[in-house]
Amino acid sequence: MPNFYSDNSDILFHFNNMNISEIINLKEDNFSEKDDFLHAPQNEADAMDNYNKVLEVVGNIASGFIAPRAANVDRDGIVFENGEVIFPENILDSFEKTKQADLTGFSIPRKYGGIQIPITVYIMAVEMISRADASFMNIFGLQGISDTILKFGSEEQKLKYLPLFASGSVMGSMALTEPDAGSDLQAAMLKASLKDDNTWELSGVKRFITNGCAEISLVMARSEKGHIGGRGLSLFIYRRDDKMKIRRIEHKLGIHGSPTCELQFNNAPAELLGKRKLGLIKYTMHLMNLARLAVAAQALGIAEAAYRESLSYAKKRVQFKKPIYEFSAIFEMLTLMKVNIEASRTLLYEASRCVDIKDGLENKIEKYPEKKKDLQKKLKKYAKYSALLTPFVKSYIAEMSNKICYDAIQIHAGVGYTCEFAVERLYRDARITSIYEGTTQLQILAAIGGVTDGTLLEIINSYENNHDFNNVSELIAGARYIRSQLELSINYIKEKKDIKYQEYHSARLVLLGTETMISYLMTIDALKSEAKKKTAALFISTAKNQAESITRFILSNDQNLLNYYNDILNDNP
Amino acid sequence: MGFNIVVTVKQVPDTHNVSGNAMKEDGTINRSALPAIFNPEDLNALEEALKIKKITDGNITAITMGPASAVDILKECLYRGVDKVILVSDKKFAGSDTLATSYILKSAIEKNGNFDLILCGRQAIDGDTAQVGPQIAEKLDINQITNIFQTVKISKNSITVKRETDTGAEIVKSRFPVLLTVTSDTNEPRPPSVKLIMTYKKLKADDFSKKISFPDISAEKWNINSINAEESKCGFSGSPTKVVKVDNVVLTTGRAKMISNTDDGINTLFRELNQNHVFG
Repeated sequence: MPNFYSDNSDILFHFNNMNISEIINLKEDNFSEKDDFLHAPQNEADAMDNYNKVLEVVGNIASGFIAPRAANVDRDGIVFENGEVIFPENILDSFEKTKQADLTGFSIPRKYGGIQIPITVYIMAVEMISRADASFMNIFGLQGISDTILKFGSEEQKLKYLPLFASGSVMGSMALTEPDAGSDLQAAMLKASLKDDNTWELSGVKRFITNGCAEISLVMARSEKGHIGGRGLSLFIYRRDDKMKIRRIEHKLGIHGSPTCELQFNNAPAELLGKRKLGLIKYTMHLMNLARLAVAAQALGIAEAAYRESLSYAKKRVQFKKPIYEFSAIFEMLTLMKVNIEASRTLLYEASRCVDIKDGLENKIEKYPEKKKDLQKKLKKYAKYSALLTPFVKSYIAEMSNKICYDAIQIHAGVGYTCEFAVERLYRDARITSIYEGTTQLQILAAIGGVTDGTLLEIINSYENNHDFNNVSELIAGARYIRSQLELSINYIKEKKDIKYQEYHSARLVLLGTETMISYLMTIDALKSEAKKKTAALFISTAKNQAESITRFILSNDQNLLNYYNDILNDNP
Repeated sequence: MGFNIVVTVKQVPDTHNVSGNAMKEDGTINRSALPAIFNPEDLNALEEALKIKKITDGNITAITMGPASAVDILKECLYRGVDKVILVSDKKFAGSDTLATSYILKSAIEKNGNFDLILCGRQAIDGDTAQVGPQIAEKLDINQITNIFQTVKISKNSITVKRETDTGAEIVKSRFPVLLTVTSDTNEPRPPSVKLIMTYKKLKADDFSKKISFPDISAEKWNINSINAEESKCGFSGSPTKVVKVDNVVLTTGRAKMISNTDDGINTLFRELNQNHVFG
């Protein structure tokens, strides 16, 4: 039987070549739990073996159980009846399987019933689940909200909620968006009132809440009367009761197995998570950053599925007396699909690695406050890297996935447009990934600072300093050339000091920055594998052309769009 | 004492994924060329046992007869939540046919002590005989219900199941103890728990019968003496089945005959089937 882990040579390449020793050591704190829990690893090799086995189980369930049900889940969809969400049976069966396999508490520490696995490995699992059924990933992936409770909740809250997630007894949701607070979350109005007995109640409406019917939701609400903006918001743990009504669900283009709910809270009791006023600026940011990595992995899984469908179809479909695979128009699309998927993966794992190190350092400092002084500098560095790389991967991979699904239908042509083939579902499912958890445009806003302030170049310099690129001289020359284009562009923008011009080009600058980063990462991968030399060469040659084109555009000082858009859109002469 | 469930399991060559060199020249299976897997219907038997364990608050012992490598499937049982695993292994068991195998397993089940329910997969994909389960029940002199595809009800003293027959299905109730043979339609076997994998993965054949450091389970290794079996009933000497000759049979389809969808055509079809004694 196929296994979405062992049949994926690229994931295996990364797993086998990844240097995650630092992450394991941070996660396991000198293997301090080896005598306390039978399932705790004894050493680094044991931990790696555990991760490998976990991924094997995930790959097996994804391919053998979840994937064969995806088409039915998509067809059956979610039903909303008498104020309640009814899941397709197939999705509940898939959830049951992940529960039986103890996969519902990935990042939760053992003492709360979880399996304490690094984010990087979790992200690999999310990709495989999404390759099987992107809509099921939303249910599987929302276990991630437990991470925010773990990080900011009181010990009492951790003991109360984390075991429920770890055992799969509850599903989760993040209730952030409101009718008038979408990308602009600081405009959220749902009211949290502190009662005389010092407990909280929530009142108001949330909209577009993925899995809003879940037993446990993290709800962002305005706790500070009179405070407009982000600092008036706190985050609450809400356990489903009859004080919250699901008003309706959305009828959507894709991810049909995942309910998107409108929720009405009527004095619903909730617990404050962490401290007041930090709801958006600290906790929700943490929550969303992890979710952004997961959505990037979701987009990647969809792309992987679309690529495989296309490759197999192109080899079988005969036109003009030969398989369409042999026509350059087709094999070019297929090759670029694969190269871009591998490019995305190496970037995704690098981002996850930084987030793992950041998280690990934060935990270490919390456990050993005396080490704060030594670790603070490093933590700051990795927090900065994570803050840049997370929007990089979210924007890049979601857009890449949409493009791959577009091409996948193109390769299938007429039949690809019908429901007989999986690619039309993948195309619809991919579409949301560049929208939810922050649109691509918001990711660009989040990333542009790190591109222009030197953070990106700092990361790239560390790659230069830590590797000997002699064996891949052509590749590194290409990567350095792309970097030089990036620097030309950044310098031009900085010297110009024209905020409108910078905003105008920020999407292009972030793309150029992302591709510079990927060019380096693929060159590093090529040091470890002959096959990677070819994919890196192809990526870099494409990225070089793109870099030149973007740089030429930025340096041209062409402002036609800025000057004319208003007239064109308003039919002014 | 709680409700005692025994599951018999077997490690088999994966005959569903046969490659070019799967058969030796003499027509026997080339076991080294095929991956060893958990016999599929034994996984269904195990799943049913796990469900019944949950209802009855019982305990499960999984027993296999096989070489040391069969420990792998006993570990798979532990990964899914059984309480005790027993490897029954002895050179003297080599060459056992279904009669000898059922004698050995019956002896092991008796040695293990009280049981209320024995679950076996209907058949193994290597031999496809479906004989071992029924023979165990016969030797233990207990009830048996074969080819079940659904557990309908469990009460304190009895179990009601649905079983497949050639013409449809029967609902059968039996008192305990009883042996059931389970088909693949019964359930969807669960995946292993990663937590239990991390816990028991290091267990090796040599650790069996040693005092191992897992408080919730036990793992035993028994030989011919531990199960008080008579040597003459085991292995080659206990196996009346003799393979005289194995032929490679290449199945070919005969010539197809098209019969039109008319009264005449259907009459022709009936006449021919009648003449060939397919009917009557």
